[in-house]
Amino acid sequence: MLRAVNIFVFWVLMVTAALAQDAPMQSVLKDHRDVIVKSSRKTIAPAIDAVATSGLAQAQQVLEAWQAKNMWLRKEDELFFRAEKTSSGLYALYDLDTGAQVGEAEKRDLRQIKPNSGIRAMLATALVQFQLSDPNAANRAAALQSLERDPSAAALEPLRASIPSEESVALRARKERLERLLTMAYDPDEAARVAAIKEMSGDLGVDVRATLNPILQAQVQVFDGDIPNDLNVKAMLIPGSDTLSLDQAYDLLVSEGLATKPLTPEDIRKALIANIDGGRVGGVPLVTLDTDAARAAAYQSLVEQGQVVPGVTSDQIGEIVAQYQFAEVYLDPLQPVTEAAERAISSINTRVAAGQGLDLVLDGLSLASIYFLAAIGLAITFGVMGVINMAHGEFIMMGAYAGYVVQQVIPDHTISILVAIPLAFAVTFGAGVAMERLVIRHLYHRPLETLLATFGISIALQQLAKNIFGTQARPLTAPGWLDGSLVLNDVVSISYIRIAIFVLALFFLAVFLFIMKRTRLGLETRAVTQNPRMAASMGINPGRVNMLAFGFGSGIAGVAGVAIGLFAKVTSELGSAYIVQSFMTVVVGGVGNIWGALAGATMIGFFQKGVEWLNPSNTLAAQTYMIIFIIIFIQFRPRGIIALKGRAAGD
Amino acid sequence: MDRSFFARNPSVLIFISLLALFTLMVTVLAEGFGVGVISTSFVKTLGKTLCLCLVAIAMDLIWGYCGILSLGHFAFFGLGGYMIGMWLMYERTRDIVVTSLSEAPLPPTEQEIVDAIGTQIFGVVGSNEFPLVWAFADSLVIQLALVVLVPGVLALVFGWLAFRSRVTGVYLSILTQAMTLALALYLFQNDSGLRGNNGLSGLQNLPGLEDVPQATISLWFLWASALALGLGYLLGAWVMSGKFGSVIKGIRDDEARVRFLGYYVERYKLAVFTLTACIAGIAGALYYPQAGIINPAELAPIASIYLAVWVAIGGRGRLYGAVVGAAVVSLLSSWFTGGLAPDLPLGFYTIKWVDWWQIVLGLSFVLVTLFAPKGIGGLVDLWMEQRAPDRHGADLGPDMGSLREKEALE
Repeated sequence: MLRAVNIFVFWVLMVTAALAQDAPMQSVLKDHRDVIVKSSRKTIAPAIDAVATSGLAQAQQVLEAWQAKNMWLRKEDELFFRAEKTSSGLYALYDLDTGAQVGEAEKRDLRQIKPNSGIRAMLATALVQFQLSDPNAANRAAALQSLERDPSAAALEPLRASIPSEESVALRARKERLERLLTMAYDPDEAARVAAIKEMSGDLGVDVRATLNPILQAQVQVFDGDIPNDLNVKAMLIPGSDTLSLDQAYDLLVSEGLATKPLTPEDIRKALIANIDGGRVGGVPLVTLDTDAARAAAYQSLVEQGQVVPGVTSDQIGEIVAQYQFAEVYLDPLQPVTEAAERAISSINTRVAAGQGLDLVLDGLSLASIYFLAAIGLAITFGVMGVINMAHGEFIMMGAYAGYVVQQVIPDHTISILVAIPLAFAVTFGAGVAMERLVIRHLYHRPLETLLATFGISIALQQLAKNIFGTQARPLTAPGWLDGSLVLNDVVSISYIRIAIFVLALFFLAVFLFIMKRTRLGLETRAVTQNPRMAASMGINPGRVNMLAFGFGSGIAGVAGVAIGLFAKVTSELGSAYIVQSFMTVVVGGVGNIWGALAGATMIGFFQKGVEWLNPSNTLAAQTYMIIFIIIFIQFRPRGIIALKGRAAGD
Repeated sequence: MDRSFFARNPSVLIFISLLALFTLMVTVLAEGFGVGVISTSFVKTLGKTLCLCLVAIAMDLIWGYCGILSLGHFAFFGLGGYMIGMWLMYERTRDIVVTSLSEAPLPPTEQEIVDAIGTQIFGVVGSNEFPLVWAFADSLVIQLALVVLVPGVLALVFGWLAFRSRVTGVYLSILTQAMTLALALYLFQNDSGLRGNNGLSGLQNLPGLEDVPQATISLWFLWASALALGLGYLLGAWVMSGKFGSVIKGIRDDEARVRFLGYYVERYKLAVFTLTACIAGIAGALYYPQAGIINPAELAPIASIYLAVWVAIGGRGRLYGAVVGAAVVSLLSSWFTGGLAPDLPLGFYTIKWVDWWQIVLGLSFVLVTLFAPKGIGGLVDLWMEQRAPDRHGADLGPDMGSLREKEALE
């Protein structure tokens, strides 16, 4: 113990001597000792700035030690050290200037500096400029990210300094971009800012807009008399115009303390209640005060009695407002900068609008391909064969559930999707054939009865799915390589699942065309559709052809179900959500023609996305307007966009 | 043609006497005035069933007689409910608001009352202002007129658009279904002004009649529903028994031929479509005060399809068929789905009717369509020994809505 004390005394002597020589960091800290010890977020800023801007090489280590709660104050001489707990329970002290170990101390002789989370965040910000040149690339990336999220003027110089020595190409590009952004916002040189703004004005990045918007921030201000010349005025505002209503102008005066608050009906009510005197207010009986006019009169009589202050009338508001000048003033005082920023943002907005238009087209295209996929099966059963199948939606649902079951058996998502697609086709093909044989066969030429009978099957199948799989949604997970999206820029992106659905829709269009135009089955189907008796007399078995065609249409519905299940929740109501739209697609497009279904899906998809774009918060309204639009559209083209002509039309 | 209307339509007298007998029995057995064997909630169920029978008559008129399979009549039914619901909710909230405001030191102004009602009613959808559609909610007379006018005008506009462009058969069915879906989706929005998916609630409380017990009110509604059903039946039978009815049935079986005979087919169809929409609206206005709540889910396309199911199972093309179908299927449905039916143990599996009723209904519907197109009404024909016409397998007409050989009476 004695030995320890001896060593301690020795080191104290040594350290005191060292400080007497040159310990610049220690003296910086010493200047702000009280603030540092107090550790209050409100007052700490000067201390951190002093360390960060000291220009000393050791500043980074000090800030890091401080942030990690490793900075301690020795009570005896009030010097700061970095301390680490040793195995013997003592604390090893390291000098903050040299980094050398200068001794050990017991905990009771020391006082830990404990920065709270707010101070640690400030320290992290201050550290960023040092970390920008950190030898470790991960640290540089982290510092850049923090700076991108929370840009600051102080980081501009260190950032510029760090660029020439940057080795990583990616980091260098990010640094250069950030340097441009910081220059736009913070460079002391006006010309440099304007140049940077001009340079970035064609950029669609969100970060550019996020930098430009604060530069363009403006505030409505009120002036008594002329507007000072040194203000960067955006526009003069005339009270009573669209941009500034009289009430807004008056509210501004009130908030500036230049006028008294106007009386609201609520104020009048409170004033009257406060002055109730024996069932009367200002001599007016209470029971008569059930209109605003009567209340205003009672208030007026209170004013005459001197009980309350008179309110401001709307005429007076106009007069008062007219005495002042209103202007929108940029917070940034440099006019060339705000002008350049205005130009830049308007050119960016034009390009963003173009990008959004493209994005809208992509959205519409992907919705169209979903509708097309859901409707392509119907294009066969309804369009070609003329059979209304209300259970078509349930076939879609069966396909989706088939995909779900396969995923339960085969955990690998890629393989399970590859298995699920043919399996879903097989299951729904079987179901379609069974339904055609058992029910629909007996009801050809009775479409209304077919509609109702297939509806009966539809509710039975829906309930069956509920009984088997329950009412909660089941997941059908897309394979990993379909995650994420293809990003063209910050405005335009499209998810891979939607691209896959688009490709699938095109694929099935090709399959459909191939089967109908190039195979025996297609030929026979077309023949049976046009004239079953004639087809039968040519040796075609109409029953078999109908069965196969119906099965094929149902099978495609099953595959569509797998695709739809990838992005929608698989529930027993999955199909019924699409059935009306699917029928609409076929009807609008033109019955009996696959190109009609394609045109119908495209039109409905684009129209719905267009309405959603006009009113993005409300997708329900988009569907409503879409249906109304379809009803009106059918007025003008009752047989759809692509109508069959002549004998093929059937009548 | 000198025989009286009732002689030509014997079912009208039978039906109305049975309906009167039924109403009388329920009244005697109910809690409100009688011995209390039937609970108030069951009286309400019976009253609601009568309203469903009325809308089924409307459906039978448009589908069974005119051959138009409309999948939109339950939407008209719901609209009627919404119209009366607005008045009920407004006045009831007004009563509550006036009571609570009367304790304030100052008597409330008219504006304050309206604002408070708005806050009460539209608080759930984050608004407190009255939308335009509520402009007449404070007037019972106007809202009662709207019960008929709103479905009627909607049917008139929609029907005019649809019929003039010669949309027929399944296309018309799909189009009416789309209309129903559009309406339901519109009502589902919070800013539609009708409280979004919350719907209107508390409709069972009649404003100004807080002291009358529900047992009594339920009987009043039962009487009103029975009266409306009786009048609806009478109207339907009268309309369809005259020359107008013959044209309508002609349109069902062969529209082109009727057109070539010089009739304005579209006008006849439009008249029936609008008339039935009005009847559906009235039925809805009587139904929802008994149900107590209405929300957009009631208007979903599936409800209209169920309506067609009832009429088909009861037997389309005859008014009593629609009534019987609606009553039997809706009462059975509520019995099975209400958990009242006993489970059926099969040894290896126990059939819970709550889960399996829909499947039974769906399949029995397929079977009826395939094998018994006359529905339950066919039993009456068996009993009366009426035979179907022998047309060697051909239907009555080439149109999609025409009756099948097996359905028609000789």
